[in-house]
Amino acid sequence: MSSTGIEAPGGLPPAEQADAQAPDTLLRVRDLKVHFPLGGGLFGPKRVVKAVDGVSFDVKRGSTFGIVGESGSGKSTTALAVMRLVKITAGTVRLGEAEIGHLEGEALRRERRRFQMVFQDPYASLNPRKRAGDAILDALNLMNVGESAARPARARELFLSTGLRPEQLQLFPHQFSGGQRQRIVLARALAAQPELVVCDEPVSALDVAIQAQMLNLMMRLQREFGLTYLFISHDLAVVRHLCDEVAVMYLGRIVEQAPREALFSRPLHPYTRALWSAAPSFDPAARTRGDRIRLQGDPPSPLNIPPGCRFAGRCPFAVDVCRQTEPALRPMGVSHTVACHRVEELTQPA
Amino acid sequence: MSPTDAIASDVTHATPRQADGTAAPSRDAQQAEKPLLQVEGLTVEFRTRRGTARVLDDVSLAVGRGQTLGVVGESGCGKSVTALALMRLIAEPPGRIVAGSVMFDGRDLLQLPEAGMRRVRGNRISMIFQEPMTSLNPAYTVGDQIAEAVQLHEGTSRREALARAVAMLQAVGIPAPSQRVHEYPHQFSGGMRQRVMIAMALACKPDLLIADEPTTALDVTVQAQIFDLIHDLRERTGTAVMLITHDMGAVAEMCDRVLVMYAGRVVETGPVAAILGDPRHPYTRGLIACAPGRRIVAPGQPLEEIAGTVPSLLERGSGCLFADRCTQVQPRCRAEAPPTVALDAQRSVQCWLQVEGAA
Repeated sequence: MSSTGIEAPGGLPPAEQADAQAPDTLLRVRDLKVHFPLGGGLFGPKRVVKAVDGVSFDVKRGSTFGIVGESGSGKSTTALAVMRLVKITAGTVRLGEAEIGHLEGEALRRERRRFQMVFQDPYASLNPRKRAGDAILDALNLMNVGESAARPARARELFLSTGLRPEQLQLFPHQFSGGQRQRIVLARALAAQPELVVCDEPVSALDVAIQAQMLNLMMRLQREFGLTYLFISHDLAVVRHLCDEVAVMYLGRIVEQAPREALFSRPLHPYTRALWSAAPSFDPAARTRGDRIRLQGDPPSPLNIPPGCRFAGRCPFAVDVCRQTEPALRPMGVSHTVACHRVEELTQPA
Repeated sequence: MSPTDAIASDVTHATPRQADGTAAPSRDAQQAEKPLLQVEGLTVEFRTRRGTARVLDDVSLAVGRGQTLGVVGESGCGKSVTALALMRLIAEPPGRIVAGSVMFDGRDLLQLPEAGMRRVRGNRISMIFQEPMTSLNPAYTVGDQIAEAVQLHEGTSRREALARAVAMLQAVGIPAPSQRVHEYPHQFSGGMRQRVMIAMALACKPDLLIADEPTTALDVTVQAQIFDLIHDLRERTGTAVMLITHDMGAVAEMCDRVLVMYAGRVVETGPVAAILGDPRHPYTRGLIACAPGRRIVAPGQPLEEIAGTVPSLLERGSGCLFADRCTQVQPRCRAEAPPTVALDAQRSVQCWLQVEGAA
């Protein structure tokens, strides 16, 4: 049985089905909404940015769940909401048995040991005045991990496990390269022995050779520590390499979700197909200009979400029904869900 | 004859232009065989507090008329400095072009007086950069900024120049160009801004467009649009393109030839298909292999990686600069810099492994 919760008949699983959670599900997000109110002008109406607008997914323990999408799709906001770094407007976030979506204050802080984050920019996420070793030690102290006397040794151990050298513990962030900094950030995230690590574009600031090193490191650490990753990326190639299960987001909603190979070998949603064909490819056969879906324009602003299917404005296959009714996520094959009215017509049976 | 000389011979479709910018449909055959741009032995140093860094070391390249050359490599390998050096945009000091020549359409740009160079920049050679917002002036309308270049280089009236701006915006696929020409950069999205940059760069019909990571700041669907646009414009206008990128996939999509750089040196160059299909330099091989998602791998299978990081340019040893990261390193690699080996008329590689009887 797959871990993805979105396999209940008729689309999104209703809340009452949530109790039937599989025991190996670590993270369960249900109907998550994050809306940012914008102050309207003196006479203007109040406007709301619906950055995340009803997102549900399950992440199996020890697996990697990828969320892909373009800027403005809400993928990073979803990550921040799971991390409790933005205010959740509606919905639930459950980590194991604990509902973390509504925790506050000290209770939330204590629970944070269990979920940690790696951000995109390794230059901005380390304090320039703190030595690398101290950055990790601080996390251990803050989270009260183990005996305080044993913490320096633990920091050193974490440092080594991310492929850094012990003599580098005394160095400052500016003495490290981008890839090395991201290793420090990863070591710091692992200090609290988290179950879930949320990674928001952790390799997109890195050169391709360094990116490969970092991805390999993340996979090794996942095996060693039994980590679960929620992996946010715009890079389909990286997601394809790393993730077991992938959700594609567009304008605050998941439009397609499937296990990795199902999604990449047989993408169903026109947006997924467009994304996939837009990615530069080495393969000359995939490059014949013509069989690709080329999108016009930019992703629309989450300020004015169109009625009907959110993708209809850029979709080459949109018909009237797409502009009127918003399609629900529905199952198409084993643990493959897609939100498109015309998916049957558009995809030939395999 | 250097292997780069051969590439121009198959390029005939672009119309050469004279220095004053008018079209010159016929030129003597000798001139047509020369590549549009031929850089030989370009060497650039930067003085820093910790010593002199040789950022470019004996870089040679050629771009034929109407061709697209991809320049790839990691950050700090000298791709952008190459572009800046041949546009003579390196700040002196701290930078200095130590040696080399940049032959562009029969003249050495490095010998031109500054006034002559100004007539080349933005007119015969244009450049677009990674971040379109920082390359546009927020205080002027996009129309003013495009028209300025046209007025300066072609001496047309403002009215004509604005009309050209509208036509260029139309050509790069901006809807309602006659209205948008009066708008400011902040009123455009990232992809649209990059289109404006391209419109501006192509307004004077340059012979060469240098695009330095033009899509890195953009979403993948928008990147595809920009690549299609550059591709179409190249077909229509015969403008040669030098595409600087870190993405081998982009090279595969866009380019005829590719130049792989490492630590300020050219390590391999040749036609894209040949290099992607049969990379000879261990670094090129690593760059291609470590890109994720190219093939379906079993779950948990690690990517091939290039161990280590780029060496410091301050301490160039005598040997091959890639030696410390190379899986096939030989004793000789550390002692002596490898020569440039011509594999055929089209390809060359800088590696001891390709030298017969060496290693």
